[in-house]
Formats: sequence, structure tokens, C-alpha cells
Amino acid sequence: MRVVIAEDLFLLRDGLTRMLQAHGLEIVAAVDNGADLLAAVTADKPDVAIVDVRLPPTFTDEGIRAALAARREVPGLPVLVLSQYVEQLYARELLASGSGGIGYLLKDRVFDSAQFVDAVRRVAAGGTAMDPEVIARLLARNTGDGAIAALSPREREVLSLMAEGRSNAAIAQRLVITERAVAKHTASIFLKLDLQPSDDDNRRVLAVLAYLEG
Amino acid sequence: MSAGFTPGGPEDWWARQAQKAPEPQLPWPSVPWPPPPASSARQSPTPRLPVPEPSAWQSQVPASSSAPQFPAPQPPVPPSQSPAQRSPAPSAPSAPQSPAPSAPSAPQSPAPWPTARQSPAAQFPPLQSSVPQSSIPWSELWSWLGGRLAVAGRGLALFGLALFGLVLLGALAATLALLPFLTVNLIGTDKRGDAAAAAFLAIVAWLTVGPLLLLWMRSLARLTRKLADRWCGVPIAEPYLPRPWADGGKHGPRQWLGWLLRDQATWRDLAWVAVDGLLGWLLALLPAALLFLGILGVFAPSFASGSIRFLAIVGAAAGLWACPWLLRGYGHFAHSMLAPTKEAELALRVRQLAQTRTEAIDTSAAEIRRIERDLHDGAQARLVAMGMTLDAAGQIIDTNPDAARALLFEARDASVKALAELRDLVRGIHPPVLADRGLTDAIRALALDSPMRIDVVSDLHGRASAPVESAAYFAVSELLANVSKHAEARQTWIDIRHTDDMLRIGVTDNGHGGADPSRGSGLRGIERRLASFDGVLAVSSPPGGPTAVTMEIPCELSLPKTSSSLGTA
Repeated sequence: MRVVIAEDLFLLRDGLTRMLQAHGLEIVAAVDNGADLLAAVTADKPDVAIVDVRLPPTFTDEGIRAALAARREVPGLPVLVLSQYVEQLYARELLASGSGGIGYLLKDRVFDSAQFVDAVRRVAAGGTAMDPEVIARLLARNTGDGAIAALSPREREVLSLMAEGRSNAAIAQRLVITERAVAKHTASIFLKLDLQPSDDDNRRVLAVLAYLEG
Repeated sequence: MSAGFTPGGPEDWWARQAQKAPEPQLPWPSVPWPPPPASSARQSPTPRLPVPEPSAWQSQVPASSSAPQFPAPQPPVPPSQSPAQRSPAPSAPSAPQSPAPSAPSAPQSPAPWPTARQSPAAQFPPLQSSVPQSSIPWSELWSWLGGRLAVAGRGLALFGLALFGLVLLGALAATLALLPFLTVNLIGTDKRGDAAAAAFLAIVAWLTVGPLLLLWMRSLARLTRKLADRWCGVPIAEPYLPRPWADGGKHGPRQWLGWLLRDQATWRDLAWVAVDGLLGWLLALLPAALLFLGILGVFAPSFASGSIRFLAIVGAAAGLWACPWLLRGYGHFAHSMLAPTKEAELALRVRQLAQTRTEAIDTSAAEIRRIERDLHDGAQARLVAMGMTLDAAGQIIDTNPDAARALLFEARDASVKALAELRDLVRGIHPPVLADRGLTDAIRALALDSPMRIDVVSDLHGRASAPVESAAYFAVSELLANVSKHAEARQTWIDIRHTDDMLRIGVTDNGHGGADPSRGSGLRGIERRLASFDGVLAVSSPPGGPTAVTMEIPCELSLPKTSSSLGTA
């Protein structure tokens, strides 16, 4: 799998590169600013771009804007945005296109390399990887919602894992239950939230996120 | 001036009156709201309360009229007109808060204000149908006359005040002069004991009755200021020094006397009472006097001569016609004597700057202490623990690799926790999204994180300076916390706008109201925070709601460094 990395701090860029290489991913370009990222994605056509939110020259939300610009440049380009902090506002903007292939994770998630690489692969495959903190805040925001309140605790767990973008298999593994049990829970969740059930993992995630963002 | 009577059909006339009708008390000052000292600091250099610009004038209309219709489907525009412009001087919480009428002459419309906003045709359908177009429009003539009579009556009331002032002045003169005079006389007649008693009485009177009378004169002057605003359309700011014990200083008779006697405004009030009592009342009395002459001219038999009778009637008509201007003239006269002097304003300003500066320094020192403590107990402690864990792992890695791995994972988890703590800390110091995107998006992000429904409307084009942004952000954050804690609101509207170098943020919720800035420390804290920027906070929170909080911070906007719309959908 071919990956482009945009991260301005050398240590992090180097660490990411080595970690991904150790997991068998190919780093085709590692750049330190948004303009170079745009050039790299158009030239190298990677499978996924990993972008830090703060990039020179403004060190503000350059990365978000570079990511969205890259997706305009190369439609459907999977992008995983990394940040020291997560904001629902940015998650919203990233998801606004309604298509998959978007990831938004805290930098801390890199510490768990297996999970992180799993997220990178998921995004590269057109899936979604939302940081648990984003999902937790979305759920907290919806606690007053009758339908969410009607979910059982286990269903809520499944819902947040699903909203993070995980497949049934991954959820089953995480919660140490069978895949059939997960399927039962998701069916119940979709019924309670009055959402159209879908076999397509990605469409399912987007529907849940859209529901939570209300 | 268009205030005079001009024939133009009842509709036109009512429409004009409706435009001229003075605004009612704004929705917010219904709670006791002593403005923060700094609020009026910026205000005090311009003692004339300026007539708000048309945009602000208009924008308050939907605020006032839509308030009772909560919850409205669309966000009501919170009262966005300037509380600073309205805020009275600090020592005068009771100063007039009614705004300046928009028309200079502004005769008081007989129509109460809420109906004045309605269509005149809808309000007075019978008049339209019953009055033939060709005849004299009696009804409007009567209401015009009523308005003028009311003005003359007000003049009469002001005249009464002037007379009362004279009485006070006489009492003061008697107190100050009579007993010493008696003393001197008694000394002359060799009655030593009586002289001593009179002198003692004189001193007691000087120290008690004199200041008391001065204080009454102050009340009189304050009433005159209020009436000049309400009746003459000439708002006058209050010039008094703040009470020195208000900030927790010593409070005794000596401080009280010093505060009263050292205030230049006390003596200016005295001068005003004297001049008003001797001369000023003429202006106030004139309309009523002319009217009286006119009535005398019509009815009194002693006016045998036709020409004198005619003159009296013409005088009365002229007085009737001109009385709003006469009253306004009186207002300007009062303004020239009762408004704060430049010096007093500057002194007040210096005082307030010193106070807000001290508060700002205290606040930031406390903030730094908090950050230090958080770092010390949080991230720093975790890093120490991490170092120890890693050291332990290094020591047993050969002998017990499994335990070493467990320790390494533990160290990793500690680093995650340390990062989370640092993130929270940074969010509390300066939220990243505020630095990245500016106030509007930062408040949007706040709204997204809140369990309440919050609508954010903003017309901010550009960025305020970072300290202002930060103060405004944390003020809104605190307000939202208040709303979710106390108001039980289902919906909150936030309105951000920047007009005339003034950043205005309105936060309105449909909760149960009853917020009192004098009780909650949260609102006080916001006031203090804003005061460093000469910003002000106005709260309207009647029991039963809604609560509308408006903040104003004078600031300029710079063009945004980066367009936040780039890449956003």
C-alpha cells in the first residue's frame, strides 16, 4: 500500500514512516507542508495520505485545508488527518463531502501501532476512522435524545465503535462477542434510531455519523 | 423641525408620532444591573449619550418585539444595541436608562410604545371610517393638544423642582449662616455661655444638617438628570465620584464626609440648584405660564381690551406650539451645568483604568498559578512516573522480559494520559480552534460540544486581536456553562456581530430566567474579564425567562490571515 505523509515535525515524520514501513506499507513521499502534499498526491497517486493538522506556514488548520484541497485535486483520495486535539467542527468539515475514505485521529493513537495501521488500511479501503474522542463527544451531545437514551449500554458501545468506522468483525473482536451478536445489536440500533440498515460498512458508518451530528 | 402640527391626514400623523415615540426601557435592565465600573469608563468621555445609529436602532426592534414569542423558530436577534451607550455612570445605578429619543424635539406621543409600532390603520379603524376627509381632524388635534399639554405639565413639574431646590438652598444658607451669626452676636452681648452653646450648635449643624442638605441636592440633581433625559431628550451622565468604601475600604463618617465634600460635582450641583432656582425655572415655566395667560385671555372678564386678549391668546398658541423646544432648551441648560466636567471624566477614567489593570494582573497571576499547579500535578508527575517505569523495565528486561513488556505498555498508557491532560490544559489556556479559526468557529466548536441546541449566527469578517478573542471566547464559554447548569434551557442562540468598532455578542436562551449578576460569581467574573478591554455585559433575565446576555467589546478587526471558508463545505 502506497502512503504519502505530511508532517512538519521531523521526529514524528520519521517515526511514522518507520512504523508504517515496519507494517509493510510503502511510503512514497514524506513532506512537511501542504503545498508539497498537493504536489505529491497528484504526482504519486498514493492509496492514502496521512496529514498533520498543523503545518507551515500558518501552523493553524493548514492540514485540514490541505486534505480537503487534495481530495478536490484527486477525487476520492483517502485522507487520514492526525491532530494533537480533535474538534467536532473539523470532523464535520472532513465528513461533509458524504463520501468515505476519511480518517480523523488523535496523534496519541499512533502509540498503538496495530490499531493505527488498521485505521490506515481502513481509510485506504474507502472506510472511515473517527477518533473515539470525537465519537464520545458526539454521543454526549446526543444523550438528551430519546432514541439514543433507549439504547442498552452494550448497544451504545457497539454504536460508538461502529461510528468510529469499525467493521462488524472488528467490533466483535473488540468486545469479545460473536459477529452474529454484533449483527443483532446493529440491527436493533438501526431499528431504534429509525435508520435504513445497510450491508455496506461504509454507508452504515456515514449514516450513523449523520444521525449523531443531527 | 417637523414636530409641529402639519396637516397631512391622520395616518401620516400617527406614523410620524410612532417614529418619534421614545423607546421603552430596554428588555435587559429589568434586573438590577449596576454596570461594571469600567463599562462607563469608555462612556464617560462622551457624557452625551449618543443617539444610536440607525442600524442599531432598527436591530433592537425585533429584539424587543420578538422576545415574548419564545421559542421562536429562528434565532431572535438579541438586543444588539449598545449597553455601553446606555450604561449610566458607575456611581449612578439609578441613572436614566431610557434611550435618547431619535427625534430631537420628540414630543411625547400619546400612543404607548408597543402599539406605536403597529400599523396605525389597524389601531384606529373607527377614526378612519367615522371622520369625514373634508372636516377638521378633531381627534388628532385633540391628541396633539394633549401631548402639548403634557409637555407644559412637565415644564411645570420641573419648575416645581427648581422651587424645591430654592427651599433646600435657603435651608442650607440658614444652617450655615444663622447659628454662626447668632454666636457672633451673642459674643458681642457678653453672654458667654449662650455664645458657646450657639457655637457648638453651629458646628454640629455644619457637620450634620449641611451635608445632609447637600446630599438632598444631589438627589435633586440626579432627578433632574433623569427627567432631562426622559422629558427633554437630553441625556446627562452622572459625574459623581464612586464611594471609596465600595471596594471594601474603611467606611465611617469621616470617609463619608470626605467623599461628599471633596467631590467637585457636589459643588456644581449646588451651583445648579442656585442658578436653576433663580433663573432656569423661567424656561420650564414658560409654556404653562403662556397657556395660563391664554386661558385668562379667553375667560377673564378683566381683559376688556380686545388687543390684549388677542395678544394673550396668540401667546398661548405660540407657547403651546413651541413648548417642546422650550423644554429641550431647559434640558440643554441643565446639561451645561450638570454634566461631568472634562476633568472629572478623566479622573474617573484613570480610576477605572487603575482598577481594571489591577484586576487583570490579579487574574492572570491566578491563571498562571493554576497552570503551574496543573502541570505539576498532572503531566509533570506522569512524566516522572513514566521515567521510573521505563527505568524499571530496563533493569528487568533481561531477567523477566514479560514483566518488562507490561511495564513498557504501562509507560505508554501513562504518556497517553499525560497527553490528554496537556490537551485539556491547552484548551483551558487558549483553545487551538480559536487560534486556528478565530472566534466564530471557536464558538461553533463550543456549540457542537454542548448537549444543548445552540444556533450560532455570525457576521464577523476578520479577526479581533488575540486577547479580545480569548476574552470573548471564555465569556461565551462561561455563559453557556451557566445556561446548561442553571437555566434548563432547550435552545440557545448566539449572535456575533461587529459594527462601529464594537464586537457584540448576544447569548439568548429560552430557559427559566432569573439570572442575577449581583449574586452569581460567574457573571461577575465575565464582567471583570471584559472590563480589561473596556467591554461591558448586560443581562436581562426576568423570572420565567428568556435570558438575554449581551456583551460588547470595543475592538477593531483585522483581515483574516487565512480564509476559513477554504475547504469547508
